This record gives sequence, C-alpha cells and structure tokens, in this order.
Amino acid sequence: MNLGSQVLVSKQSMMPSSSGASWNSVGAGDGDGNSSDQFPAGLRVLVVDDDPTCLMILEKMLRTCKYEATKCNRAEVALSLLRENKNGFDVVISDVHMPDMDGFRLLVHIGLEMDLPVIMMSADDSKSVVMKGVTHGACDYLIKPVRMEALRNIWQHVVRKRKHEWKDIEPSVSLDEGNQQQKKQPEDPDCTSSANEGHNCKTAKRRKDDEDEAEEKEHSSSSSKKPRVAWSMELHQQFVAAVNQLGFDKAVPKKILDLMNVPGITRENVASHLQKYRIYLRKLGGPQQSGTINPSFMGNLDAGYGSLNELDLQALAASGQLNQLPAQSLASLQAVALGRSANPRSISVPLIDQRNVFSFENPKLRYGQVQNRHGYNSNISKQMNLLHGVPTTMEPKQLAGFRHSFNGMNSQGLIPMTGQSQTHDHLSRRPVLSNGMVGNTRDTATAVYNSAASQVASLVQSTSLASSNSFPLRGSSGIPSIMSTSTLQRDGNIENVQNRPQNWGLQGVDLTPNPSQHTNNMQGGMNVLHHNYISDQNIGGSKVIISSGEGSWTHITDDPSPVNQPFGTEEYSQEDLLTPFLTQQEGVGQAENDFGFDWYSSSDNLPV
Amino acid sequence: MERNQMQMHRQIATIRKSLFDQGYLDEQFVQLEELQDNSNPNFVEEVVTLFYRDSARFLYNLDQALEKRPLDFSRLDSLMHQFKGSSSSIGAKKVKIECTHFRDYCNARNTEGCQDKLGPSRRHAGPDKSFGF
Repeated sequence: MNLGSQVLVSKQSMMPSSSGASWNSVGAGDGDGNSSDQFPAGLRVLVVDDDPTCLMILEKMLRTCKYEATKCNRAEVALSLLRENKNGFDVVISDVHMPDMDGFRLLVHIGLEMDLPVIMMSADDSKSVVMKGVTHGACDYLIKPVRMEALRNIWQHVVRKRKHEWKDIEPSVSLDEGNQQQKKQPEDPDCTSSANEGHNCKTAKRRKDDEDEAEEKEHSSSSSKKPRVAWSMELHQQFVAAVNQLGFDKAVPKKILDLMNVPGITRENVASHLQKYRIYLRKLGGPQQSGTINPSFMGNLDAGYGSLNELDLQALAASGQLNQLPAQSLASLQAVALGRSANPRSISVPLIDQRNVFSFENPKLRYGQVQNRHGYNSNISKQMNLLHGVPTTMEPKQLAGFRHSFNGMNSQGLIPMTGQSQTHDHLSRRPVLSNGMVGNTRDTATAVYNSAASQVASLVQSTSLASSNSFPLRGSSGIPSIMSTSTLQRDGNIENVQNRPQNWGLQGVDLTPNPSQHTNNMQGGMNVLHHNYISDQNIGGSKVIISSGEGSWTHITDDPSPVNQPFGTEEYSQEDLLTPFLTQQEGVGQAENDFGFDWYSSSDNLPV
Repeated sequence: MERNQMQMHRQIATIRKSLFDQGYLDEQFVQLEELQDNSNPNFVEEVVTLFYRDSARFLYNLDQALEKRPLDFSRLDSLMHQFKGSSSSIGAKKVKIECTHFRDYCNARNTEGCQDKLGPSRRHAGPDKSFGF
C-alpha cells in the first residue's frame, strides 16, 4: 500500500559509510581489520515494499541488526538506486506483490544487472509462490510477518554468493583477467573497457578477503604464465574416459593426467577441469550418473547427430522428432545446439572457457536466487545449460559469442527447454517445463520437445513477464529463429544483438519485437537466452558470465546506452561460440580454441 | 501526578494484555515493542499510526471494490493480501485471520461471504485503534 504517490526513499545508516564500504571491500585492503570485526554489521540492505508499515518495521529491524538499511516503496526507484550505486548495496529484500512491478521481475532484473542476492518476502506462503521465488533466483524467501531472527541471518546470502563468484572466477583466470585481478580492486570506472556491469560486478565481487585475492593472484600469475588450456571435445572425452576408468570417486587429477597422457596440460588444468566436471555432474544429478551420462552423452552424440546443425535442430524441433530423444539425447542436442560435438562431422562448437561450463552449475542464487535458482530436470537443465550454461561462464568476450550462439540455439528449439523455470530448476534437477511444471526427465524431455513450440511460446511469455522491460520478448510467443541468428553468426560477425533484432523471429511464431529501448530486439531467442542468463544467475553460475551477461544484457535491455560497448569484448567470444555452431556444416572447427567450451552441456553427438 | 501516571500505565498494561488475550495481537506485536528503544521511543506508535492510515485507505478501496457487481475477486484478493501483510507485520492477529478468511471466500468466488467478512475485518481493526498510545 502506498501512502499517496510519493516515492519514499530514505537512507539511514547505522554505520559510517566508510565502514560500510570497507565491509564490502575487504579485498581492497582498506579498513580490513575494522570491517571484518564488525561483520556483518554495516551490511547494506535495500528494502523494497509498497506497504509502508512493513517498510518501516523492516527498516527498524535491519537497523537494529546493525545493517545499513535503505527503504524504497517503488520497484522502479529501487532499480534506479541500484543502478546509480553499482556497488552501493549488498543485498536486496523485496516484496512479491507490488503495484508497479512484480517482485519477481524486479528480482530477475537485479540478478541480471547487478547480480546481488535478492530475498523475497510476502505474506503469501503458498508453495507455488515460494517456488516461483526459487526459480527466479531468489536467495531466500521470507514469510511475513518477518521476524528479527530471519533478518539477522541475511548476511549469509551475501557471503555465499561472493564465495561462489570467487570460485567461478578463479579457475577461469585468463591473461586478460590476470591483469584485472592484479589490479587492486579496481573501481567500477577502472573496470574493463567493456564497462559492463558484469565486469564491474565481477571486480566488485572480487573484493573478497585477502585470502581469496591472494589465491586469485596466484592463479592469475600462474595462468598468465601459461596459455589457457582449451578443453576441446577430444580432450574432454579423454578426460572423461580417464575419470570413468579410474572411477569417479577415485579420480584424482594426477591419475587423470597420467591416464590422459596428453602433453601440454598440467595437473592444475586437470584439477580445475575436474572440479568443474564434478560440479556439473552434481548439477545433473549426482556422481552416480556421471558414469552413465557421460558415456551416453558421447555415445548419443555420436549416434548420428553429427551433422546436426542449427537447421537440423530446428527441423527436428519443428517436426517433433525431438520427442523421441531420450533425456540424455537432449543434452546432446543441447551440446549440438551449442555447436559442440565431439565428432568431426558433428557440429563444431566453439570452445568456451571452462568456467563457462560451470557457471550455471553453481546455483548461486543471488537471491537464493533461490536458487537462483530453482532446479530443473537434469535433462532439461542440460539442455538449458546448453543455452544458459554457455553464457554463464563466459567472459564478456565469450558472452558476446554466446549470445550469438544462443540465438542460434534458441532457434533450434532448445529454447523451450531453457524456460525460465527450467534454468531455475537446476537445483532440483528435475525437468521443468517452461510452463512451470516439473516432471520426470524423460517425460519432460519428451513433453518438452513435443510441445516445443508451445513451450517456447510460453517460455517467451513467461520470460517477457519476468523481464518485460528488458526483453522484447514481451508477449511474443515464438521460437526465436536460429536461422536468422545463425545466418548472422555464420558471417562471423559479432554483430550486436541489436543489429539483428528481427532475426529473432521464430518461425511460425509471432515474435513481436519490442520496440522499446532494447536495441537488440531480442525476441524469443533472446528472451530465452535471457532466461538462460537469468537461470544462470539463479543457478549461481559463474559470476563471470553473469557479470558479463549482465553487462551485456543490461545494455541491451535496460539502457539505451551503447549496446555496442559491452559487446566490444564480447564479440569475440560470441563469435567464437557462434561460429562453430553455425558452421558445423561447413566443417568449421572450433572457432576458438582458447575457450573451454562447456562441453559438459553439449555432447559430441546428438542421438538420432 | 505520579499516581495518575502509574494508573495510566496500569490501565494501558491491562488493555494491552486483554488485546493479547482476546487474540487481537500476537507475538509480532511484541517484536515491535522490542524494537522500540531510546533512539526510537515512539516506534510502536509510529508504526501503528502508519498502519491505521494505511488500513483506512485500504478499507476505502475495499468498499469501492465491493460495490461493483459482479465482484472482482482477484482485485479483492490482492487487496486483502496486502492488508494481510500489513496487519501481520504489526501483529494484528485477528485482522490477519479475517483477511485470510476473506481471501478464502474470494478464492471460492463467494460474494456473500465476502460481504459478510468485511464487517468482522473492520470490527477487528477497531480494537487496535482503541489501544491508544
């Protein structure tokens, strides 16, 4: 309930701003001693609720917890506040039912743009709503009336999220990153030239305790000394074979390395790859599956989707052939969609940096986001992973590439898989149809494919619901046509999404491009992609991707500001991602070998 | 003077207790009271005042919505949901319960039920007002 139309924003600090800031910037090295002692005091919380009574009570409670509370009764205002102070807040608490914007949409926005942990709250404690919170990526869900005890512990979500971000970022240190990392907590302006929020967030997130920073430096210093290992499909296959041979539980990097017997990779490479692999498998449903999934993964891929390209996928999706695909095949499909395939004849997929693969694996719900996340059927999630997995871990560069690839993928009908809900479901590992229903992997997969179009449509719609502002997806029901995208991608252009808005139109689907500020008329495809990102977010995918994704997304969706910028660095990656994908038929090999593509989500062959 | 003050305090305490006993207030209200401290000596008063102002507006909206025929249940439901949130936040237990019942009626598309329930909701909001500060 609003008191009139006045926007109520007031900031009350319990702590002097410096200490508040220092709490966040422990890594920066200033005020470490003070902030860590007082932690979590000074946590900067933004509370959004249209009910003034609740707002007041919450603010008081937060201040009693020694948090720095800012209250806001309008979602739009909250968003602008967050945008203005990129690193001004640590956590956001938002009501679900608000008149000007749905709380979940706000949640998604925040997760995408700022990647902050978001806690939802409502008097509504029905399971469906809570689940919605989870799927949209909320870190937590509080039931009103909110008690002090509940608020006291919200700091854990901040720490958890940062911790996960660190983990994601660490293994993916690149030469470029290395420089950044070496820099001492670069302020936002100093961040990457891409100047996307993702980067900012990333660096902001990098502000961890000194330990992490040191680790990072170590990583960067070591990685800067050697070229990044590109985990090609072949390499990955060897890796997986070695792991299976050793037994998943007994697979240690050293042994794997020995078994693989590949020159040029170090134990550290294998170790980080193994870590990612484990996370990935865990996401899929447990180590016990790993043995079965992977082989079948590869096997399925080899089955005959070798020459599957975006067109084929599209056709498949359209014809409903995908129904017959077993869940695992879907994963393969996903892989294919991503453009990865182990077989030479299969679609070549650009190698994405390893961290990309795992980005989605970390269900870091900013919010608890929820999971952010929200588990999804492993199969579905696999597919989704394909879509969202890819971008999640990508650096900005790669992200750009992903975007392209995603577009392509979307058209392939994978979009339905990557429904919002699906991505969020990573945690639950149960396939979640885009319509939000959770089903068995197989059933879902089948159902999903069966109703690919409708799912995509619903997905699109739901996506638009979630992000109507930012995505032209609004109201459009259609499957983004990869065709257009792939075409573009084939050219090897990393055109900004904005440049080819129309391409997203899905065949047979009316994608009404949103003429709003989005420069990229990313319609269904993009939306799906968006979802992927969101889901990734929820999943707590690597921070990297999210940040970069956010950066790019932000530009795309929210700001009329130069969209090109974020793509600047991303283009490269996008191109990489797309090219292999698009040019499968052309036999283009992995466009970029320096990307550790998330072969996890994509297998070499798609089952026929 | 002091005696008067003491008497007043006692009166207030009695009223307060009765409100709890009768189920008008619940634990949440105690939490609010605990939030009050020297830096915010009138916190509870401020919050409750805010609540009343808000609920006045809410009741007005509710009246308007109830006058329409057929009833727009989804709007009623969302209104009630908001009110439920507010009232539960300050610990207005009965109001909250009535809101829940009201929403049940809304969900069941029960027009008469909604009308009936409006009375009790109002009534229950009343005693809280009497708990003057």
